[in-house]
Parts: sequence; C-alpha cells; structure tokens
Amino acid sequence: MSIRERLSGNEAAATAMKQINPDVVAAFPITPSTEIPQYFSTFVDNGLVDTEFVAVESEHSAMSACIGAEAAGARAMTATSANGLSLMWEMIYIASSLRLPIVLSLVNRAVSGPLNIHNDHSDAMGVRDAGWIMLFSENNQEAYDNTLMAHRIAENENVLLPLMVCQDGFITSHSIENIELEEDSEVKKFVGEYHPKHYLLNDKEPIAVGPLDVQSYLFEHKAGQAEAMKAAKDVILQVSKDFEKWTGRHYGLFEEYKLDDAEIAIVCMNSTAGTTKAVIDDLREKGVKAGLLKVRVYRPFPGDEIAEALGHLKAVAVLDKADSLNAIGGALFEDVTSCMYVAKKQVPIVNYVYGIGGRDTTSKEIESVYKDLEEIVSTGKIDNPYRYLGLRREEK
Amino acid sequence: MNDLIEIRWHGRGGQGAKTASLLLADAAFNTGKYIQGFPEYGPERMGAPITAYNRISSKPITIHSNIYEPDYVVVVDDTLLESVPVTAGLKTSGAIVINTTKSADYLKKVLKGYEGGIYTIDARKVSMETLGKYFPNTPMLAAIVKVSQIMSDEDFINDMKGSFKHKFAKKPEVIDGNMKALEMALKEVNKIQ
Repeated sequence: MSIRERLSGNEAAATAMKQINPDVVAAFPITPSTEIPQYFSTFVDNGLVDTEFVAVESEHSAMSACIGAEAAGARAMTATSANGLSLMWEMIYIASSLRLPIVLSLVNRAVSGPLNIHNDHSDAMGVRDAGWIMLFSENNQEAYDNTLMAHRIAENENVLLPLMVCQDGFITSHSIENIELEEDSEVKKFVGEYHPKHYLLNDKEPIAVGPLDVQSYLFEHKAGQAEAMKAAKDVILQVSKDFEKWTGRHYGLFEEYKLDDAEIAIVCMNSTAGTTKAVIDDLREKGVKAGLLKVRVYRPFPGDEIAEALGHLKAVAVLDKADSLNAIGGALFEDVTSCMYVAKKQVPIVNYVYGIGGRDTTSKEIESVYKDLEEIVSTGKIDNPYRYLGLRREEK
Repeated sequence: MNDLIEIRWHGRGGQGAKTASLLLADAAFNTGKYIQGFPEYGPERMGAPITAYNRISSKPITIHSNIYEPDYVVVVDDTLLESVPVTAGLKTSGAIVINTTKSADYLKKVLKGYEGGIYTIDARKVSMETLGKYFPNTPMLAAIVKVSQIMSDEDFINDMKGSFKHKFAKKPEVIDGNMKALEMALKEVNKIQ
C-alpha cells in the first residue's frame, strides 16, 4: 500500500535516497539542491541509513569520491545544481567513460553568469552529451519514482552508465505537494542489492580502472558507451514496467497527454508540462485539439518513438528552458527536429526559449503558444522558428 | 477545477509568511485535499517583501506557476499596503485578510476600491496576549482559514494540535501559546463593511 504524504521535491529525493540506503553519499551543498544532502546527513546521524556520508570540500571532489566508491564496488549517490555540476564537469565524463552507475539528483538551476540561483535547464543541457542517462521529473512524485528506478536502470549489465534525475529548482524542489510513498521494505526489494561484476576491491580479480587509453582503444570504448546508451532504452522500459506492476504508476520514455487526437502540441520537460496539462484541459473545453508530449527520458533520446508520436500533428512547439546561444535553437528543439527529419515526418515545428533564470511561465503564456500554433496551421507560415516566450522587450 | 482555491501571502522576511503557507497546506492536506505550498524566492533578507502561495483542491493539481488571480490574499504586514500591489488580480468574489489596526477609510483608500471582502485582524494583539511575543503568522493562519472556510474551525484546531506537536517537537513549551493564538484569532477576525 502506498503512503499518502506531502513533501517538497527535495524531501522526495532525499526520502528515496534514504530508502535506497546507498553505500556512499558524497556531496557539497549548493542551492537549490542543498536540502537533499542536508536531510540525508540527518538520516545518517539518526542511524536511519548506514551510508558512509562524505562531506567533501567541492563538487569536483563529490563526483571524484563517487567514482572512487563505485569503482571499488560500492553504490554511490550525490546531488547538485548548476555551478556545482559545472565544477563536476571533468569527473562527469570520467564517471560515464569508466561505466560507473552513479546516481545523481540534479535540481535544475541556471548556470552563472551573472549569478542566478533560480530554475532553468542550462545545467542539464551542458552535460547532455556526457554519456549520462537523464530522466526529467514533472513534480515531486516523479522525482521520487525516477530515483527509485535509477539503480535498476544504471546498474543493468547491458547499460552500466551513470544516471541523473532532474527536477525544477524551487518550482518543485521547494514546493510542498501531495505524494504517494512506498514502504521501505518494498523499496529495498525493488531496488535490490548491488553486485558489480568487476570492481577494484575484488582480490580474486585484480584490475585497473581508468588507465591511459591510446589511439588504438579509445574509439572502441566510446562506441561501447554509445551502444550502452542505445541499450538503456529497453532497460528503462522494462524497469518502468516492473515499477508499474508494483506501484500502479505508469512511466514510459515520454508521456503523451491528450496527444492521440490532437492537432497541435507542445513538447517540453519538467514542471512546465504540468502547467501545460492544465491549459490543455481548458482549451479542450473550448474545442481546441491541443496535446502535450512530455519528455521523461532525455538521454537516451527516444527519437524514433517521438517522431512516431508527433507525426500526425499539424504543428508542434518545442519549449526549451535553456538557450543554446547557437543562433538556430534550443537543444530539445534540435533533437526533436532532427528525429522528425530522419523519420520523414513533415510537421511544422517552432521553438520557444522560456523560463530562463527562474522567469515564471504562466498558463496565459502556454495558451499563447497554442494560439501561435493555430495561426501556423491556418496560414502555413513560420516567420521565425526560434522564438522567446515570456521575454521582456524594450518598447521601440 | 472549479473547487480550486488559490491564496497569495504577502509578508516581510522573518515574519513567517512562508511557514504559515506551509502550515495551511499541511492542514488542508490532513482534511484529504490536494495541496501546494510554495514561496517565491527572491533575495532573502529580514524585512524584505516576500510572497508565498497556496493551491488547495479536491483534485490533483498539475499547474506549476505563481498565482496571478488569487481567490484570497493575506497581508501579514500592513506597511506593505502602500508599496506592494496586494490586490493585483484578486478576484472580487474572494477576499483580502490584513493584519492591521488601521481605519476602514484608510484601508479602502489603499486597496484602491477593491470590491471583494475586506477582513482585518490585530495579529499583534493576539500574538502578544497568547505568546508574549510578536509572531503574526499563527494568527494570520487562523484568520485565512476563518475567512476562506477551507475547513471547519473545529477540524482546523484539531489538526493544528498535531502539526504543532511535530513542528515544535524541540520546543513543546510554545505549543499551548500557539494553540491559544489560533483559537483567539478565529474570534478576532472583523469584516469591514
């Protein structure tokens, strides 16, 4: 039986970590994810977990400690945001290339500068090609559920990749909302014990981890990572199926909300998907055939499946909560458009960069996107495919 | 979503508006509702204007934005009335609840002709008489429950006993005073005609 509770997104992530009871947590505090290691350290102090908590002096060391722990054969977790992730950057690549299934709770925040502690996805987008599995969460429930599924996915022998669970800083991390929790013993059973095949502390099999990888090997090792990322898709679906059998809560690679019979749709990630659902409900009452595709699994990117799901639409808007500053559009937009092109799905697509640095995204703004899409459908014209939503402009 | 109630809190850093919004979310949660309680984080300093929000509904709440057209507004500090547009977007079918001893004429003037309900409470008096210190958030919490009728006074009082026991686990001596503050505040809310 699920337990009815109310928790913030950070409390939800910390609760999942408590129930997982990893061998090692190494973390350095940074807003808005600070509460996660803070709550976790009280669990350690109160004897609710038997985790080795390493209070490191920087995020670079936090990821390094997780790498050391995982290589030794332990299960390691950490949490961070924005500039904390930036400082980890070197070790982020090392974690994935050493095929260490570390789990990171990333509470999304704008990367400086100028200094801003509020939500956008620029931190996550900065590591989108680093070889980590990336799951996005609409609310506290999904942050909790994704964390409970994380180890089963990352530690699968066909995958062996690190995984980050993303949620929106402040918007969900600091908002108290209803949540269904699972029993400790059930979580333990679902997550299972970690028995790595190869690890440093195995005296029966002496190995080296992370030595020099010269011209004759690195290419093949990278290809191995790429294969693992492709294989992760099926593993995620299988774990999600098992999770649904247990909790009744359904997860796929993405969520389709009233998309089947929709004519126009928004593609986005994290909390804005919730606001979009509320707008869709209103629009549907007015007869507008609006829908949503919420990306849950951003890496591996489910390109074929997304192209199939969007192929029947008359116009699509992709919302990016990070500007790639590349003069052609945001990262999610590029991913969606290229998979549509490859799958030969000719649907007009526009991109909106929105919510930068914590700018609130309102229902009215989401409604205006659907209005724009109706306009595109009726005129067949897209003047500027790379736009802003909620940007304040100076009067001319 | 007709039964969705949206509340906006205005206070100053250190007065407990954020805590009050979280306690209200807690109380509504305990009556079986779906809830949201969240502050708008700005530069956090003692005394700076802060905003916090509540959504309460009998159905799951998916919307994740600030609240622009609230049903109710709570003003924890009346010095904000002239500097913050507290009635912005406030529905005329709703109400504003203000911690103040200012005159009805003054309030009508600063609220710029707001046509919904205007309620006042002297949270300083309630707090000083029951707690011996000025903590306006506890009386304001009771005041908004009274005005919005999110739950019955009785359910609210019973529920808060449990919440305070949890919240003040390390300071049990303040539980009685806070309970008295709630009970007194429920009786001290005035409607301005």
